[in-house]
Amino acid sequence: MPISESTREQMRAIAARYPSARSALLPMLHLAQSEEDEITTDGINACAEVLGITPAEVTAVATFYTMYKRERVGKHHIGVCTNTLCGLLGGDAVWDSLVEATGAGHNTASPDGEFFLERIECQAACTHAPVMTVDWEFMDDVTPGSAVEVIESLRRGEIVNATRGPAIRDFQATERTLAFPDDGLADAPSVDDKMLAGLQIAKERGMTGGNA
Amino acid sequence: MSTPLTPVITEFWDRPDLYTLDGYRAVGGYRALERALTMDPDDIIAQVKESGLRGRGGAGFPTGMKWGFVPQGDGKPHYLVVNADESEPGACKDIPIMMANPHALVEGVIISSFAIRANHAFIYIRGEVPNAIRKVEFAVKQAREAGLIGTNIQGSGFDLDVVVHSGAGAYICGEETALLDSLEGYRGQPRLKPPFPAVAGLYASPTVINNVETIANIPYIVDRGVEWFRGFGTEKSPGFKVFAVSGHVKRPGIYEAPLGITMRELLDYAGGMRDGSEVKFWIPGGSSVPMLTPEHLDLPLTYESMAEAGTMLGTGTPMVFDQTTSVVKAVTRWLEFYKHESCGKCTPCREGTYWITGVLEKFEHGHGQEQEMETLTSLCSQISGRSFCALGDAAATPYPAAMKYFRDEFLAATHTSADEQFDPVASYVFAGAAAR
Repeated sequence: MPISESTREQMRAIAARYPSARSALLPMLHLAQSEEDEITTDGINACAEVLGITPAEVTAVATFYTMYKRERVGKHHIGVCTNTLCGLLGGDAVWDSLVEATGAGHNTASPDGEFFLERIECQAACTHAPVMTVDWEFMDDVTPGSAVEVIESLRRGEIVNATRGPAIRDFQATERTLAFPDDGLADAPSVDDKMLAGLQIAKERGMTGGNA
Repeated sequence: MSTPLTPVITEFWDRPDLYTLDGYRAVGGYRALERALTMDPDDIIAQVKESGLRGRGGAGFPTGMKWGFVPQGDGKPHYLVVNADESEPGACKDIPIMMANPHALVEGVIISSFAIRANHAFIYIRGEVPNAIRKVEFAVKQAREAGLIGTNIQGSGFDLDVVVHSGAGAYICGEETALLDSLEGYRGQPRLKPPFPAVAGLYASPTVINNVETIANIPYIVDRGVEWFRGFGTEKSPGFKVFAVSGHVKRPGIYEAPLGITMRELLDYAGGMRDGSEVKFWIPGGSSVPMLTPEHLDLPLTYESMAEAGTMLGTGTPMVFDQTTSVVKAVTRWLEFYKHESCGKCTPCREGTYWITGVLEKFEHGHGQEQEMETLTSLCSQISGRSFCALGDAAATPYPAAMKYFRDEFLAATHTSADEQFDPVASYVFAGAAAR
């Protein structure tokens, strides 16, 4: 589907943030993906036209970064960290349970188009291992059972909250946030006990950093 | 006496409104900026130099010295770029800082830009963490609305624009020159140095690239002074560190402490190892630095002491593994990561990670051959030092370090698979029915 004039206008708005327009290419591709659920030829062509570069140049970039998908993701992108720490602490088992529950595979969508699975690399949440992501929002400290529960809840259309972040929307909404991060959701609770672990001990024992 | 914890960057994380401008201001936020704007920018650079602050992204390069490399009065635009691409396996401290205390980063960005005379700053955040991106964007927006970002900030005559930029999934973009290529809208591939970014960085102009935690230190140094800052840590590693402890410990989490605290002390704060478990190996700061063993638990976590032990402080985010962990499996998984993330620019890294991973996978499945242990050593030495950037060196790190301490496990993997040597279920942090 051709990218609409309104989307192109938004691409130009992203480009205007930078001293050099081409710097906008990554967020522009996120915007294209938020419109089309994948990076399409139309999305690539629109980015190329807005920036005055060739579609080949855009394609070279789009194929380099793993967040850009060349097939439809579907409603939800589900990531499971299977790097060493998360994988060995249980991410491998979480992965198996999700493959079974969804019928999807690595970088493949489930037959019903609801869930796209990906074995992701370190998500910078090792203190919360094993880590899963839903549309790139954190689902910390999952087990095979709790991960499948998340899937079931999403299937039933229930509200599912990220463990540190807002309620889950869908993949395309997150991609839009990556292009326009002022999404009105910054008030979602994002600090948990593990992030406060040291602070709580310090407070109990009267330890400080010598605050002025 | 044991080393106390010293919450500074993390001090007010239990305030639910800390992420807002009002919440941050209520605990002294933006006081440092007020002071900085009355100072000579060169004096701020001098202050950061004197503080001895070293980069918290992994390399530990002195921050003030980096700033000092930017030519002043050269008539070119200068840029500040914050490296918020935290993707190193084991590193999980910048994302929490951005989610909990984004204004500390933003205030640091404004002060740092003022010091190096940059009118444009970019915060390059990896795309996989929308929740950190929206928090930082919100903080930038609030700061802009309050006149802390924009033109003629607080009547100082200083102009600054700050852009929050989303990456798109590429570990290599944490390498500073690859990050610059990515920020310019290209594939993230490292550049040959020199020229260094301080001379020719973003858009070929002088650029300072600093890690999130490094920049978040700046307001506190400007506000409380060099003497206070140097009251923490050691001569060569002054200050405090947002340590993130993960793995088979009772209370994984964030522990801010002076540099020089030992792993044993951190482990103690983290509640010790889980029940019935002991340390098998640990890594001080990301998979790219060599592993250590229980005999190293009493070493101070400083840049210099870790170097003496043959490793690096790295990101200061220790991963601790217990006796249920297969070293062969751990190393194989890390190499699969480096293979996946190699950008493909340099042949030794691109091809080498492919070959090492293939051989390691044979070991993981119990089909390694004894002479292939030497093959792996040779492959690692062929990669190390032969690529543009540190990713190649990093990929060549886990195997030799593991061989130093756990040669027998690789030997056993010539006939017995990793999963037969170590039941994977025993390593899970959930048990019973949850583990199935």
